[in-house]
Amino acid sequence: MTHSADPPYDLVIGLEVHVQLLTESKMFCACSTKFGAPPNTQTCPVCIGMPGSLPVMNRKAFELALKAALALECEIPRMTKWDRKNYYYPDLPKGYQISQYDLPMSRHGGLVISDPKGRFETKRIGILRAHLEEDAGKSMHDEQAGKADSRIDLNRAGTPLLEIVTEPDLRSPAEAKAFLTELKLLLNYLGVSDCNMQEGSLRVDANVNLHVHTPQGPVPTPIVEVKNMNSFRAVERALAYEAQRQYEAWRETGRRLGDVPKQTRGWDESRQATFEQRSKEESSDYRYFPEPDLVPVTVTDEEVERVRASLGELPARLRARLEATYGITPYDSDVLVNQGRALVDYFVALADRCGDGKAAANWIQQDVLRTLNDRQIGIEHFPVSAEALADLIQKVRGGQLETSRGREVLAGMIETGKPADEIMAAMGIRPVDDADLRDLCRELLRANPKIVADLKGGRLKAVGGLVGQAKKRNPNVNPSRVQQLCLELIQEL
Amino acid sequence: MSLTDLTATALLAKLASGDVTSAAITEAFLRRIELHDGQVGAFLRVDRESALAQAEAIDRKRRGGDPVGRLGGLPVAVKDVLCTRGEPTTCASRMLESFRPPYDATVISRLKAADAVLVGKTNMDEFAMGGSTENSAFRPTRNPWDLTRIPGGSSGGAAACVAASMSPLSVGSDTGGSIREPAALCGITGLKPTYGRVSRYGLVAFASSLDQIGPLAWTAEDAALLLEVLAGYDPADSTSVNLPVPRYTETLGQPLENLRIGLVREHFDQGLDGEVEAAVREAIRVFESLGAAVRWISLPHSKYAVATYYIIAPCEASSNLARYDGVHFGYRTDQRAMVAELEAQRKCLEQAGDEAGLDALDNALVRLYRKTRSEGFGPEVKRRIMLGTYALSAGYYDAYYLKALKVRRLVRDDFDRAFGEVDLIAGPVTPTPAFPLGAKIDDPLAMYLFDLYTVSTNLAGIAGISVPCGFSRGGLPIGLHLQSPPFEEERLLRAAHRFQQATDWHRRRPRLAADVA
Repeated sequence: MTHSADPPYDLVIGLEVHVQLLTESKMFCACSTKFGAPPNTQTCPVCIGMPGSLPVMNRKAFELALKAALALECEIPRMTKWDRKNYYYPDLPKGYQISQYDLPMSRHGGLVISDPKGRFETKRIGILRAHLEEDAGKSMHDEQAGKADSRIDLNRAGTPLLEIVTEPDLRSPAEAKAFLTELKLLLNYLGVSDCNMQEGSLRVDANVNLHVHTPQGPVPTPIVEVKNMNSFRAVERALAYEAQRQYEAWRETGRRLGDVPKQTRGWDESRQATFEQRSKEESSDYRYFPEPDLVPVTVTDEEVERVRASLGELPARLRARLEATYGITPYDSDVLVNQGRALVDYFVALADRCGDGKAAANWIQQDVLRTLNDRQIGIEHFPVSAEALADLIQKVRGGQLETSRGREVLAGMIETGKPADEIMAAMGIRPVDDADLRDLCRELLRANPKIVADLKGGRLKAVGGLVGQAKKRNPNVNPSRVQQLCLELIQEL
Repeated sequence: MSLTDLTATALLAKLASGDVTSAAITEAFLRRIELHDGQVGAFLRVDRESALAQAEAIDRKRRGGDPVGRLGGLPVAVKDVLCTRGEPTTCASRMLESFRPPYDATVISRLKAADAVLVGKTNMDEFAMGGSTENSAFRPTRNPWDLTRIPGGSSGGAAACVAASMSPLSVGSDTGGSIREPAALCGITGLKPTYGRVSRYGLVAFASSLDQIGPLAWTAEDAALLLEVLAGYDPADSTSVNLPVPRYTETLGQPLENLRIGLVREHFDQGLDGEVEAAVREAIRVFESLGAAVRWISLPHSKYAVATYYIIAPCEASSNLARYDGVHFGYRTDQRAMVAELEAQRKCLEQAGDEAGLDALDNALVRLYRKTRSEGFGPEVKRRIMLGTYALSAGYYDAYYLKALKVRRLVRDDFDRAFGEVDLIAGPVTPTPAFPLGAKIDDPLAMYLFDLYTVSTNLAGIAGISVPCGFSRGGLPIGLHLQSPPFEEERLLRAAHRFQQATDWHRRRPRLAADVA
């Protein structure tokens, strides 16, 4: 059997992403959307579906959705409406979810993804539609001691959700992860959602199948919906697992798309495998129909233009600008931009001040990001200002400090919040007078006849021994200057 | 003449002049309820103490010279479909027998702010589904003119309590005729406002796109008074319309110059009872004698109105009533018995080795839903939930719901065209006077067809009023139906008032023997 680099199929993936919008209040009532409050304390007759209560649309939620849709290059119909999606579940108190069915608030957009590591070509992933809906509550099933006890928290019920549905344009788990990363970044930049998977403000389902290469042409396998993926990494792994599983299933059964009903599988993180979920409850007819309690929403050209103008500089354009303006690599711009707008602002201030974009990018990636990571803080809490760091970088570039000493100084600055000069003084770092250094080198040459002999014999590497001794005598010496002087002075001997 | 024979307007004048107190009026109506409601069954609950306390508080305000609200201490009965804070709001259903909403409906707040005395909640068809009030889970209501007959529905209690002089004013809801039909059968005046005129917030929904709250009273003048209080924009109801509310009582007496009235050819077809037709034609002659020009018009799609209504209303109802699942509020089946039954069934199937049966067996949650809803809803509600669920299902949606929406549009277009030619449309409210209790209970189709003259008003979202216009030889009231373009309640009320100045049908009172008990 021969092993080919490419699998004998194309993997076809479409994603359905639900993101909670960063509104103060819920989609159809004035209750708070704050995460983590005691159960059922953020509820009212409307969001718990009390008889007689009526929904009123949160215009702010609509505006945030509009922002996201425009940033995703979607078309915005000038009229959109609400529909009821009917199904029974205890965390859905009305017995229906207010959603959008056949006239979503946006459709036909796209998001460009690329991989600085080059695992896939830069491509645009189509967005089929993005629509608004309300979230359900949360069910907590406590099944200990055989006493099944379910509890329902309706704090989340009615939280505004934007459902973003992609075209089946993704071809690998890496692309899916890149799409999610880029989407999250975009929504963070827009202030539309914090996309926190732990708190459930971003949830992903994937529709996956294969187009198996056969002599008769590509054959599609049945589509599987994968749920329960709790991190981007889980998405990547679940999709890789599914591809393999579906290929094996195809070889075993030969089943094609249409042979069996659509299956739903859950991702089991502990087993690192997908498992079939009971399809009995899943096979629902949602009986969508227009929501009679809400009026259709009209969107004006002025509103679209106003929101479009408020989008600001989005990640893709920002990366390109950083590369062009500061001469940094796509890899660097990707790392910087992915950290969020605040870090980019820090970088720009730093690069402008120290006059070297590449150095600024390096210092941020090597030292600043490590500190942010270690301390789990954002750049806004980083103790060293861009001005102070620029000052330090200039000292290094000017030869007053070697890089490794510079990093020690930065560590001191981070620790104390003091400027570079003070840290250097405290560390005893001061400029070395060149005449003094010349004297020191002479002394060392005299004291090390063996090294001098080696050097004279052409073994230039031996100068390292002298540099080491010089540093021991005075930690402030510039090693390359020591080397230079020693080689110069040896001619005089 | 006793206080309970007076109209709300007359009582209000007496209150304002200090001739009588709200407490005295309230007490008089409460006595009347105690005397007669055992027979009539208009009320599901009477709040004697709270009503008297409200009346006394309003009297104190008036004595102290403080401003008093528009209804100044008049008793008002409220259909039990409107949420009243902390008090049972049952919709005449087992499902909501113990439900106490934590909030007031907007119209209840408005009534309270207007210093109405809320005397109690009136009986109705369960969840407002029906035209006879026989679908109440608790008791039927009887027609005060003939206790063997239905009062109409679904606001049967609301109409009967006014007709029996147990309350001068009453608030109902109308989804396909539920105010106008019982008003006609009980010989009083009932108005269904334009969709959006009155806030639906706190009205337990039957069919959201059709439901509208409105007043019932003896006279158009009294209905105008109550509508002034009920109507108005409410930001809590997205479908309520932000238009100023005219002072209906002030413009009531203004003449209607060159009034053009249209008679719908299709409404005088077969199926219309001869006595009803005669009374309606006589009423039209009254309008002619008052200077109105009458002409025949056509509403060609009106013949589809009942079919359209009985798709759209059940579709919305099937969704609106999904929340009654025994989980969050209202009735829940006996859980212990349910689990025991389920376990017994499981064991039985296991012993029989019936794999398919086991697979088909409900899980506990589904069984909870099934039993709660089977036990909590009555037959008519179940019928409509099933109709609506079916019509919205995949594969049927286009043929039923979508087609019904299109016909609804055509019905509305018919009215728009007609109102280009006439100012009001007149006709019968019901095909016959009140029928005996039980006469149609086993024939839902006959019951649905009783709505044929009223449902199109709701489908078109326009306004309609029922005005007493005669009696059958058997002494049963007959109603005249007037319909106006949207937000022309003022025109409706002026026409009805003008008619009532020329006739005295609205002054007749049924004779009720005091309860033997």
